Parts: sequence; C-alpha cells; structure tokens
Amino acid sequence: MGSDNSMKVLVPVKRVVDFNVKVRVKSDQSGIDLANVKMSMNPFDEIAVEEAVRLKEKGKVKEIVAISIGPAQAAETIRTALAMGADRGILVKTDGEVEPLVVAKILKAICEAEKPDLVFTGKQAIDDDSNQTGQMLAALLGWGQGTFAHSLELTDASAKVAREIDGGLQTVELKLPAVVTTDLRLNEPRYASLPNIMKAKKKPLEEKTPADYGVDATPRLKVLKVSEPPKRGPGIKVKSVSELLDKLKEAGAI
Amino acid sequence: MAALVIAEHNNQTLNEQTAKTVTAAALVSTPVHVLVAGENCKAVAEAAAKIAGVEKVLLADNALYARMLAENMETLILSVAEKYDAILAPASTSGKNYLPRVAAKLDVPQISEILKVVSADTFERPIYAGNAIQTVQSPAGKKIITVRTTGFKAAAEGGSAVIENLAATADAGLSKFDSEALSKSERPELTSAKIVISGGRGLGSAENFKLIDKIADRLHAAVGASRAAVDAGYVPNDYQVGQTGKIVAPNLYLAVGISGAIQHLAGMKDSKVIAAINKDEESPIFQVADFGLAADLFQALPELDQELAKRGY
Repeated sequence: MGSDNSMKVLVPVKRVVDFNVKVRVKSDQSGIDLANVKMSMNPFDEIAVEEAVRLKEKGKVKEIVAISIGPAQAAETIRTALAMGADRGILVKTDGEVEPLVVAKILKAICEAEKPDLVFTGKQAIDDDSNQTGQMLAALLGWGQGTFAHSLELTDASAKVAREIDGGLQTVELKLPAVVTTDLRLNEPRYASLPNIMKAKKKPLEEKTPADYGVDATPRLKVLKVSEPPKRGPGIKVKSVSELLDKLKEAGAI
Repeated sequence: MAALVIAEHNNQTLNEQTAKTVTAAALVSTPVHVLVAGENCKAVAEAAAKIAGVEKVLLADNALYARMLAENMETLILSVAEKYDAILAPASTSGKNYLPRVAAKLDVPQISEILKVVSADTFERPIYAGNAIQTVQSPAGKKIITVRTTGFKAAAEGGSAVIENLAATADAGLSKFDSEALSKSERPELTSAKIVISGGRGLGSAENFKLIDKIADRLHAAVGASRAAVDAGYVPNDYQVGQTGKIVAPNLYLAVGISGAIQHLAGMKDSKVIAAINKDEESPIFQVADFGLAADLFQALPELDQELAKRGY
C-alpha cells in the first residue's frame, strides 16, 4: 500500500443472463429458464473491471485479480475480465445458486490471502438484484465501503467515492483497504480487442472450491416458487391531448 | 419478540417510507420499534412516535450518525439486534447501504426489496428487474429485510410511542463524510408523489425538459427521467426512474418521449394509471400504458399545458 503503482485490486465478477435477454419463467415455477440463453458478465461488474484497468493504466494499480464464483463456464467471464486488462483469475467452482453471504465469505477468505488494497465490484447482479455482496464483504473484513460509486479519486491511503444516493450525490472518504461498488455512470467499459482476447487465454487462472476456503455454499433461503409478474391489461390509444385529459379525469388520475 | 424498523429521514423530517416499512414489519413480528439514528433529529423521533402501531422509538442522536454512514450504522444496529427477531429498512439507497453489513455480521442471509409479506417467514421479491417474482422462505432465526415501499400502505398516524435514548457506539473510523450535492426542488419527491411526469431521450435537450416542468407545476407532480435522458445529461442522476434508479408507483405516471426499455418499465409499471406520449406508435411503452397518445411531444406538451390551463389546473 502507499506509493504509486503498488496497489492490488480484486474484482469479483458474476456470470449472469445477458441484459438484452428477455427472461422466461419456467412453467413449473421452479425458476428462470436458462437453457440456450446467452450469458455475459454482469454489466455493473464490467464497470468495476474497467475502473480497475483505468487505474492500472494511470499507474496507480499494479495488479488486478478477477474472481468469479459459479459454474465451470464462469471461467469465460473471468477470461473476459482478463481480456479487458485484468492480470490473473481465480474461479471458485460451485453448482447451483450461491447466496450473497456465501459469496462474501469466500471473497473474505480470498482477501485475507491476497491482501488487496481495494475490491471493486458491481452494486448488484442483474439476475437476483440483491445488492448485498460488496457491503457484506466490507462488514466481514471490517473495512469501509463506498457503494453505488459515481466517481472515484484515489490517494495513497484513502479513496474518495462520490455515491449516487436518492437525493443526488454524496461523497465519502474511505480508509484503505476498502470495498467500492460501482453504479452505471462511473465509466463506460471497453470492448476487449481480439489481440487482447488471445492474450487473455494465456493469463493464469486458478481453480478452487468453496471448501478450499472453508465455506459451506448451501443456500439458506428457500425459493418456494418463481412466477410471472402480474400483467397490465391492454390500454387504449387516444387521438388528442384533450381526449387524454378526459380519460385521465375519468380514471381519477388527475 | 419484536421488529425493528430503521427510520429514513434527513435529520429534520421523517420520510414516508418509514411508515410503509412499519406496515411491512407488523406483518413479520410485533410489537414494532423504530430506530432513529441521526444528529439533532429529535423532531424525527417525535414524528416516528406518532405512527400507529409503533410501541417504542429508539433515538440515537449523535454526530456519528448525521449522514447515516454504513459502518457506524452497522455497529449501532448490532448493539440492539439481539432484542429483535426481525430488522427492516426501506430499500432506499441508505437502507441498501447499511443493512447488508448488519446481516453479514449476524450471519443471516438478507432478503432484499420485499414486495409482499406472504406469511411471517415468506416473502415475494422481484428478480431480473421485476420480470419475475420470487417467493422465498427465510430460515429460522433473525430476518433482515429491505422493503420496496411502493408495495405497502403507510401506517396511519395516531400512535403515541415512548421515545428512549440509545447510547452511541464507538466510531468505526473507516469512513468520513466529505460532501453532498443534493438536487433542490420545490416539487414533491419522486418516490412519494401522487403524479410523476417523466421525460426521455425524445426531449432532446436539458432546455426542453422545461416543457415537462411546466406540466409538472400545473399538476403538482414530481419530475422523473429515463436512463437515456440522464445519460444524455438532460437531468441529474437522481431523476432516474428504473431498475437502477428509483422505483415509483404513483396514481398517475405520464411518460413523455420514453420508448419503454425493460429497465425503465421495471421502475414504474406498478403505477396505478400509466399514460404515454410518444411519436413512435410501435414504442414498447404503449404496451404498458393505459392511455397512449402517438404524437410529437413538441406539439403535444404545449397543447397539454394550454388545455390544463383552460381546465383550471
């Protein structure tokens, strides 16, 4: 920690259904149909990778470690991060759903071994929409947190994070090491170039299991069912502004 | 045992989301207590004491909690956690910030953004930006829950809870408040407004958002925006309605120049009445709108302004 080009950043990335896919609920209500569905890196995690890579390009960061906790195919998600500029990867292989607290416990163990100065991760995954992992990790490590980051300024021993909050922006100063979770407007992630995708294939990728970190990955919340949200009935087209106001008046909306 | 609700406030006024969270809490465990953490926030505690169904208000009035920084909120909530079998907070940017820390330290899986309490241990919550609803059952033990408050009615006034001072915990020393840039507006707040008028990329510029403002003034509405309009720099980020912005469910949601991307619909589709004005008749927004007007907004908005004036709004 301290001088330029000495920081280590850990970036946990999650493999999720691509944000462009319209998900379908299985007819038996047991979950979402994931067969033949395109999977990608969680968009908020992409922003986290991008931020780490930019700091490396600025000479502030020395090493970026991308981590994913998920099925064997999550290796592809790590390769994407490596192609964007991360240096090496750790895949913690699991089957089935992994709850945020389990992820946080595994990441805590990795942080204790890797001793990063910062962890960057998405504010939430677009599949379970939990918005918990970064905060839980920070708490388990006894670190500060800057959630929903809109911009970030790094000094030797602290990070200033402007956060997107309900009323506007709030800036906090965090003692390092710390966890930062990324919001939409922090940056625009790059596309990996073909040469970098080729290079990424040669970067080291370690494989682990939750047991290696002494963590039980069994979910504790019981999902009873997954159902379709209630549908809105078909609406009507109006021809003019005054007809629109008549209808709104009738509906008691104005 | 009892449920603890963490109050949402700005040290001066109690946010309505608190009374809605009290409604959800009472379905999980009773009696309900409210924790008000802040600085010089006695008036907030007094307002919380008037919420019907609240038995006790814990007031932690200390500079440490002035900005509700997550690290200090964690230790404060943990200092009373053993007395409660459920701890709930609104799923605001504040509640989402501190509550997962509490869950992690208690080794309990948090249940985020509940829409409905099915039974004391079973909840409905949205996944995939509201494109599916998950029904989850909590294991035995404490429940740590954030509440999507648009799904709950505010508990009425009429309570007279006792207010008890709660000792501050030691400063975690992990983070410091630096500054805040809050949008100032005379208009009602997005998440509690009865009418919301949102503009999208169709507006074309920050200047053109004034067309929306005029209508909003006539209807005493809050002004929102799509992510596209925010990203284009027309309005600040806290205007954003959608999956990653604010979730709103007003009596009337009027979408102007908004195409209706999934992520935007996720933030407003529970509104009672949805109306849309958009040039493109094929826009997905018309599939959720109760009343759709396919028209050029630059003609429709001034017309709407005049028509409202004529009708005395």
